Amino acid sequence: MALSFQFGSLTPTDEVWSVSQLTSAVKRLVEGELVPLWIRGEVVGLKVWSSGHWYFGLRDRSSQVRCCMWSRYSQTAGEPPKEGTEVFVLGKPGIYEAKGEFQLNVTRMIPTAAIGAAQRELERVRELLRRDGLFDQARKRPIPALASSVAVVTSTAGAALRDVITVVGKRWPCCRLVVVNARVQGDGAVHALVRALRLVNRIAGIEVCIVGRGGGGREDLSAFNSEAVCRALAAVRVPTISAVGHETDISLTDLVADLRAPTPSAAAEMAVADRREVSRQLADLAARLAGGLGGRTRLAAERLARTADRLHGSVEAALRRERHRADRLAGQLDALSPLRILDRGYAVPVGPDGHVLKRRAEFAPGAPFRLRVADGDVAARVESP
Amino acid sequence: MSIAKDLNRLEEIVRKLEGEDVELDAALALFEEGVSRLRAAREHLEAAEVKVQTVLEEAGGDLRLSDLDG
Repeated sequence: MALSFQFGSLTPTDEVWSVSQLTSAVKRLVEGELVPLWIRGEVVGLKVWSSGHWYFGLRDRSSQVRCCMWSRYSQTAGEPPKEGTEVFVLGKPGIYEAKGEFQLNVTRMIPTAAIGAAQRELERVRELLRRDGLFDQARKRPIPALASSVAVVTSTAGAALRDVITVVGKRWPCCRLVVVNARVQGDGAVHALVRALRLVNRIAGIEVCIVGRGGGGREDLSAFNSEAVCRALAAVRVPTISAVGHETDISLTDLVADLRAPTPSAAAEMAVADRREVSRQLADLAARLAGGLGGRTRLAAERLARTADRLHGSVEAALRRERHRADRLAGQLDALSPLRILDRGYAVPVGPDGHVLKRRAEFAPGAPFRLRVADGDVAARVESP
Repeated sequence: MSIAKDLNRLEEIVRKLEGEDVELDAALALFEEGVSRLRAAREHLEAAEVKVQTVLEEAGGDLRLSDLDG
């Protein structure tokens, strides 16, 4: 149903709307048009309902808007602010149809003073760590290409861990992931993260350490901006990847870690190799291995053939042994097909005494010999010189 | 033996074999080693599922690793 304005109508006609039609049309207009916004204002008349929902007004000098914050959001906002506190709220404008009221559905609330204090603390820690060289590029260690043991410092309850397990499972399933559980937000998160990072240094065989959490707002990431956590991260003995899951906001751990990942999934991709790529690399090495041996044995055989006249029986036996060994080794690897020369259609002429016939002079007219082919040998005779 | 070590050693073996100053005997030994390293690396890659462990610090300070979901 579209809104239609009929300014010409002065009397009620068929065009009369019900109240519900009106409020739902306005609701669609308002809610369709406006995305969630950050708004600054003073809190007035805040009431906490038994359900945990908060109802309050937000005002500035000339205007006021009604706000509600459902309990699942108010839970994360700490203590209800006092009357008149200036706050930032993240909210989506909406219409409460039952009362025809315009209201803001708030999902985040941060006192502006807290932002100021947090910002000052962040700057202080950043400057300390910078002065101590913890952000220096020269400190950055490369991530090993084929890590087989990765530590993940995060909450076992969080989405970050699931993402890491999924990505590593797809790319590099031969890997061992050691999860070191730590609170990543709220009281005790700093202590837990420091403890977990120190623990990583005591786990045998770890080659890379990922530290992080899923996406969150600024105050949720505060543990990753703490001086203690940054110093503990810098003290991890293996290369580290920080993945705090917040594309736009850089945490201090991002600056201290050897590598910064925008998300935990991206961190997992950086931490481990791709199995398909390594398989290709192995196939290439197998081919070169076979080619290398083929070239090497050919060279040796030619050299021996040149000095055949002076060879004693022992040398011949040694050569036979080596050929045997080469045959056996070649047979071990199907992938190394370059060695299977007979399979490719070559044949070897063999004289009655079992010697390979290599020169024209060895083929007397009318003489019988045998042709060795891939699956056995056949009788043959020289027709003419 | 880690797959990284296997791959590095394989690279080294192949480079030696591709050079021409290796004695035949040494070449065969290198080849033999290369084959076994290839096999080990392939088996390693075929691991079916990523192994996820958690670590706990016990009262005495010892670490205990256990399988997650296990």
